[in-house]
Amino acid sequence: MSKGKRKSAGKIAVIMAATLLGTVVAAGSVVATQGAAPAFSLQTRDGKTLSLEDFRGEVVMINFWATWCGPCRQEMPLLEEIYQRYNKLGFTLLGVNVEEHSSDADRFLAETPVSFPILYDPSNEVSKQYGVSAMPSTVIVDREGNVRFLHHGYQPGYENEYQNQIRELVRE
Amino acid sequence: MKRIIAAAALVAVVGLTGCSNVEPWVKPYERDRLADPIMFFDRDPVSSAYTHHVYEAREGARGGLGSAGGGCGCN
Amino acid sequence: MSRTFLCLTALTALTWLSCSHGAVLPEDRADALYHRYDGGGVTIDGPSLLVRKQVAKNVSVAANYYVDSISSASIDVVTTASAYSEKRTEMSVGADYLYNSTIFSTGYKNSDESDYAANSAYFGVSQDLFGALTNISMSYGRGWDDVSRNGDNEFSADVERHSYRLGISQILTRNLLMGMTLETITDEGFLNNPYRSVRYLDPESDKGYSYQAEVYPNTRTSTAVSLRGRYRLPYRAAVHSEYRFFDDTWGIAAHTAEVGYTQPVWGRWMVDLNYRFYTQTAADFYSDLFSREDAQNYMARDKELSDFDSHTLGIGLSYEILPNGWRFFDKGNLSVRYNYIYFDYENFRDLRDDGDTPGTEPLYNFSANVVQFFFSVWF
Repeated sequence: MSKGKRKSAGKIAVIMAATLLGTVVAAGSVVATQGAAPAFSLQTRDGKTLSLEDFRGEVVMINFWATWCGPCRQEMPLLEEIYQRYNKLGFTLLGVNVEEHSSDADRFLAETPVSFPILYDPSNEVSKQYGVSAMPSTVIVDREGNVRFLHHGYQPGYENEYQNQIRELVRE
Repeated sequence: MKRIIAAAALVAVVGLTGCSNVEPWVKPYERDRLADPIMFFDRDPVSSAYTHHVYEAREGARGGLGSAGGGCGCN
Repeated sequence: MSRTFLCLTALTALTWLSCSHGAVLPEDRADALYHRYDGGGVTIDGPSLLVRKQVAKNVSVAANYYVDSISSASIDVVTTASAYSEKRTEMSVGADYLYNSTIFSTGYKNSDESDYAANSAYFGVSQDLFGALTNISMSYGRGWDDVSRNGDNEFSADVERHSYRLGISQILTRNLLMGMTLETITDEGFLNNPYRSVRYLDPESDKGYSYQAEVYPNTRTSTAVSLRGRYRLPYRAAVHSEYRFFDDTWGIAAHTAEVGYTQPVWGRWMVDLNYRFYTQTAADFYSDLFSREDAQNYMARDKELSDFDSHTLGIGLSYEILPNGWRFFDKGNLSVRYNYIYFDYENFRDLRDDGDTPGTEPLYNFSANVVQFFFSVWF
């Protein structure tokens, strides 16, 4: 019986090693892409209309979020910090809320206020244009309007990557 | 029985290669209803564990209940 | 074991092929529950405490402490012994590790009472696929129990258990979620109850029957397959249903069917209603009354192995007590759940009244009231 147990333990060890190797092989969270960022115009919280065009010449980070998404809520205060830090250097952050009813977003923002523009995309037009494939998704666009970095999801630590990439782009 | 599980696992591996080829028909930003707790299979694990125990201690059947999946599908 | 190896390797291979997008760990929460079962002469109550916390970037741990305080004057007890009290304590710990869209889980559980110690451990993998529309999970569990007998220091036996589980869940539409589970469990060892007896026709005895110790096979393999669905209605409410088929090498076949409805009401309240039906056919070696002593190699008179049906009506009410959070708590709920269960036996007889000809006593049935009160916080 103990020989059998040793064999089993050995097999479990092989499985774990295989898993760790395999997951190292799998791609990371950031995929660098190229191409012009699709243009869009959306309504803001204040009732105005903002377009991506308005921010040509600045580095723009577009964050697709929803109140029902835990990692999105977790990320919000960190995005606010990033906005405050880099705004003066020619950087802006656009929070695109993808929910059907803006009231949920308003309620959340009353509890967790942010100073960067929040845009509503209730019909998910812009989400489709950007091929949003995870919640949250973050797209970083350079001063010329090209998509430079794409992040799928949010895990603690991503905000450091965001800052490295923003620093790189504001220097251009 | 073990054969069935092994076969299912193999089918899963073979059939599910290249996941990025299959476009999800429920987009991540359309998961709002599934992220609502009323759509969780198991909203209160401490309560459902107790209920399962009440039945398992009094019935001949055991196992096969409970499910993962659903939810916001974030990250 | 080689099949398990194959299955777990297959699932591990899935992690290589999967998208890099991740899944999420279960939420941090703590629950304090009081449970109470009252039925068939048995009263069992006690607490269940659960705490779950993310302790590192990708690791979540959970611990549960559970107690059953038992006062039993059940039909088995009153006809063959005297009422007793017992306490069973169960503790379990578990950890989940998240890597991209895979969650690896492991856990250990120990349950202790004066005449039974149960231990079990498991290892599982859960994988999100297809943009997290599909989730596949597999786990392997191992159990090892020590059986003893109160009042008999000489008696000692053990049980070894292996369980294999496969689960697939699929999001079909924005409003519809389905799941399927397959679970096989094999036991080996002392699988019966050292206090329980069977009865056989004995014309020489006063009552017309006598007792002898039950004898069970020392192995059992069972399989359960279940299908479940959850559908969100056009207004904020959900219906769910579940069906499970079970059978095993003891000849027991069972069907379980459940339907339920969940709806938030009056703002911060949530109501759950459900109905569950269960039916099983008896084990091959079960009989309420054997024809003579040592009638078969294996003999059982445990009502749990008889032909019976049960119906459950359940209602749950939950109130959101911290809608805006409080200090480091994000959310808090106060909940109560009540189940009324009716057990109806088709070939287990109620022997509490004397005077009937053996084999013509009324069939047994009883109902139970099961209540849970619990307080949950998320942080």
